[in-house]
Amino acid sequence: MWNWLHQLASPPCFNRFVAMLLPWLAAAWLTTFMIGLWWSLVKAPADYQQGEGYRIIFIHVPAAWLSLFIYVVMASVAAIGLVWKFKLAPVFTAASAPLGAAFTALTLVTGSVWGKPMWGTWWVWDARLTSELILLFLYLGYIALQNTISDVRSRNQAGAILLIVGVVNIPIIHYSVEWWNTLHQPASIMKFDSPSVHPQMLYPLLLMAISFKLFYGTALLLAMQCILWQRQRGGNEYA
Amino acid sequence: MTERQKRRLILLTVLVFGIGSATALMLYAFQQNLLFFLTPTQVAAGQAPEARAFRLGGMVQDGSVERQEGIAVQFRVTDFAQEVLVEYDGILPDLFREGQGVVVRGQFRQNVFYADEVLAKHDENYMPLEVKDALEAAKTLTTE
Repeated sequence: MWNWLHQLASPPCFNRFVAMLLPWLAAAWLTTFMIGLWWSLVKAPADYQQGEGYRIIFIHVPAAWLSLFIYVVMASVAAIGLVWKFKLAPVFTAASAPLGAAFTALTLVTGSVWGKPMWGTWWVWDARLTSELILLFLYLGYIALQNTISDVRSRNQAGAILLIVGVVNIPIIHYSVEWWNTLHQPASIMKFDSPSVHPQMLYPLLLMAISFKLFYGTALLLAMQCILWQRQRGGNEYA
Repeated sequence: MTERQKRRLILLTVLVFGIGSATALMLYAFQQNLLFFLTPTQVAAGQAPEARAFRLGGMVQDGSVERQEGIAVQFRVTDFAQEVLVEYDGILPDLFREGQGVVVRGQFRQNVFYADEVLAKHDENYMPLEVKDALEAAKTLTTE
């Protein structure tokens, strides 16, 4: 397993791996996304209180989950990379960061668009919204750090440490709605008793969440390949 | 695992625990400031700041909403233990209704809360209208 992971870092081996996996991932993403979109936007019934406006959760919630998911994965890979010095680890985190930042921004924007009619405001500084905004700054900070340090070794190290330190924000985001009074509603699905979303709305939501994860996998492989190609062509990008 | 790898792993673990506990202590210390709103019980206990705006959160009490001249409105915010009379002159959000959660910002003077902003707090329940109607029907059946 360790040897295989080390081998994977060599571009020919990685390219073979991507060529094998990518068509399946992309196909799975496209299928789930098409079905998920139709199911959530057309087939799922309107909400008893919010009417059609609630449908934004089918984008907002999967994007929010993914924004946390990507960060946890990045930090774990960074920690493993830091201890065992995998060549591919910095490539993985560098490729993930823009995706994570994009999904965090999507979460904030869709939440804001939903908040205006439903809550009556675009933005409030409650604990959930603020901690999610900090997540966006963590992603942007990591990207900025990658672009400022020219020495490859120290760039990788500084980036990994930033990612690992930032992990404290993840439980804060998740539990913010329980620890403090917030305007944001508490969790509907990620809780121990049964979800408070009706199955007719829950299933398309879960399908969308799976589809978003598959998109992340697809885009991640492509982005990693890009970085490795750049490195091969002589640029010292993320080497 | 080599000696170097072990050392790096220990260093990393210490770092994560250190940062984690520092953050936990900090958040604990700022607990009060991180509250987005106070509850009617806290207001009744005199925890509300005087002559300074703060937010009050709770449920709009059933049957308490009274329309007044123009768009002015008066209602009671309750947490089922205490309640506060709120006056507001402005546009209410879509989700505002009796029995729903609200967060109002304003000042508390002589036992009346003068709001200058009313936000609706959505609960975590999502269901189709038919299900809601069925639930209501079941509830009236059991109470009758």
